[in-house]
Amino acid sequence: MIYLDNSATTPLHPKVKEKIIQTLDLFGNPSSMHTSGRQVRALVEESRREIADFLNCDPDEIIFTAGASEANNTVLKSATTCCAFCNESRGHIITSNIEHPSVMNTLQCLSKQHVDVTHIKVNSKGLIDPKDVEAAIRPDTMMISIMYINNEIGTIQPIKEIADIAKKHNIPMHTDAVQAVGKIPIDLQELPIDFLSMSGHKIYAPKGIGILFKRKSSKNICPLITGGHQEKSMRAGTENTIGIIALGEAVRQCRLEMDENEKRIRALRDKLEQGIMAQLDHVIVNGDPEHRAYNITNLSFMNIEGESILLRLDMHDIAVSTGSACSTGSLEPSYVITSLEVDPEIAHSSIRFSLGRQTSEEDIDKTIEAVVETVTFLRKMSPII
Amino acid sequence: MDGKDWNYSETVKEHFFHPKNILEIDEKEYNPDGVGYVGSPACGDMMKIFIKVKDDRIADLKWQTFGCASAIGSTSMLSVMATRNGGMTLDEAWKLTPEMIINELGGLPANKIHCSVLGDKALREAIKDHFKRTGQEDRIPDDDKSRVICECLNITEDDIRMEILEGVKDFKTLQERTKIGTVCGKCQDTAKTLVDFYVGRYYTDDIYTGDKK
Repeated sequence: MIYLDNSATTPLHPKVKEKIIQTLDLFGNPSSMHTSGRQVRALVEESRREIADFLNCDPDEIIFTAGASEANNTVLKSATTCCAFCNESRGHIITSNIEHPSVMNTLQCLSKQHVDVTHIKVNSKGLIDPKDVEAAIRPDTMMISIMYINNEIGTIQPIKEIADIAKKHNIPMHTDAVQAVGKIPIDLQELPIDFLSMSGHKIYAPKGIGILFKRKSSKNICPLITGGHQEKSMRAGTENTIGIIALGEAVRQCRLEMDENEKRIRALRDKLEQGIMAQLDHVIVNGDPEHRAYNITNLSFMNIEGESILLRLDMHDIAVSTGSACSTGSLEPSYVITSLEVDPEIAHSSIRFSLGRQTSEEDIDKTIEAVVETVTFLRKMSPII
Repeated sequence: MDGKDWNYSETVKEHFFHPKNILEIDEKEYNPDGVGYVGSPACGDMMKIFIKVKDDRIADLKWQTFGCASAIGSTSMLSVMATRNGGMTLDEAWKLTPEMIINELGGLPANKIHCSVLGDKALREAIKDHFKRTGQEDRIPDDDKSRVICECLNITEDDIRMEILEGVKDFKTLQERTKIGTVCGKCQDTAKTLVDFYVGRYYTDDIYTGDKK
């Protein structure tokens, strides 16, 4: 299989897989005082340190969660409530109109209480203007939450500028960095944000593990899951120890491979994009070709529909994703693509190719060939001229 | 893309990967006796059907689409159904329903039904076009025989059924799309009951096979 859907999830890194296998029998509870518990505790803390070093923060600032969706929920829900036992939410939150559903839907849920949400509109390339964020700030603004890299079009937001504005106004700032960690350097000593979410399975670790970074100096959060004193009482429940150890290893590999991956994958992505566009007309690049994650290209193939392209590529054993309505089971296409102020048919015709560390040059050559064949075939049967 | 959406039957896959009766030559060269065109790219699907008529039967049918796998598979199947065994009579072809096509396809995932309802609509438009071209306007069936539910806006039970097939799953969405019950409002209860009835019929199971009554 040629897997070009790495923004959805990634396969395990071979070293991570190895580490998991080594760890499978270490069943101890890290909260136990005896040897088997302490042994696992040591590995959990080693992993925490690895991640903290990578992001340049303190290990105490890393809270393990089940993934970024949980981290996003925790941050956003606690931004507006005072404690775990108080279910009233108030205040104002600023976000963008292209966030991941775990931010969008959480805020929608909060807005049904007493929370006001401002969705900053991105421009036609999918970028936020930091000035718009500043203009939206109100006296009761409790948080600014803007994703680092968009999962569909790969646009990299000016997070540093937005974070500086948040800091200037003394407003907590959160970023969903699921698509950014491991792809662009993140230095939390340089980047004045308060909270950051990430998921392991986007960086070759297994599903079900992620982190919430919470700066020590930031407002306390109230846990989404209450119970024992794990994770400094900010996330109860016996730790996903194998997941945590695997994530530590994945981050270690990320650090080792980051520069080389970027160079190689960027070149392959550009080759794919240029190869397709050299042979096909009426192909549109969605998003900002410049401020874009190096592994993503989101293309719209005019006059044909995304799900048809996806399934025919699947027949060639090539895995991609689409923003067409048919893929979502709803009547509406991707809100990310339609937010770029393009005609809805551009969203219906969109395909996201997201490359990973395992993508080879041969994969790209075969993909170009299959895309050209598929698009030509489907266009022959299209009634739109 | 949800993994559930991949529950296409082998017949759907066959028709999607190897669609039958696509118009591959220029429309003028094909010289159809009737053309039907429905949908819009903005909605994510559009369908164009071309028919040739001989002895009041569909002698040949070709089509083009901007559509997903389900639209392609169901229209390909429709083209086979309309033309096999010497071709359907125009009256038979007029009565072809999405349910009949879905049945022949061996079912469709419930959330893909709405992608499969354009083919028969385009076919009726093509037949209508043929009647107009040949001075047989009087043969265009009166589609409003279905029970009128919203008298203010002249919305029939069949209109509601089609909306549900196209993906509407609650009264609020139906109202947004059709404005049903927004004038005098007295049809609202009946309309809500019909929405529940048809949603129950089409969407109760993951795969709708078209043979439930």
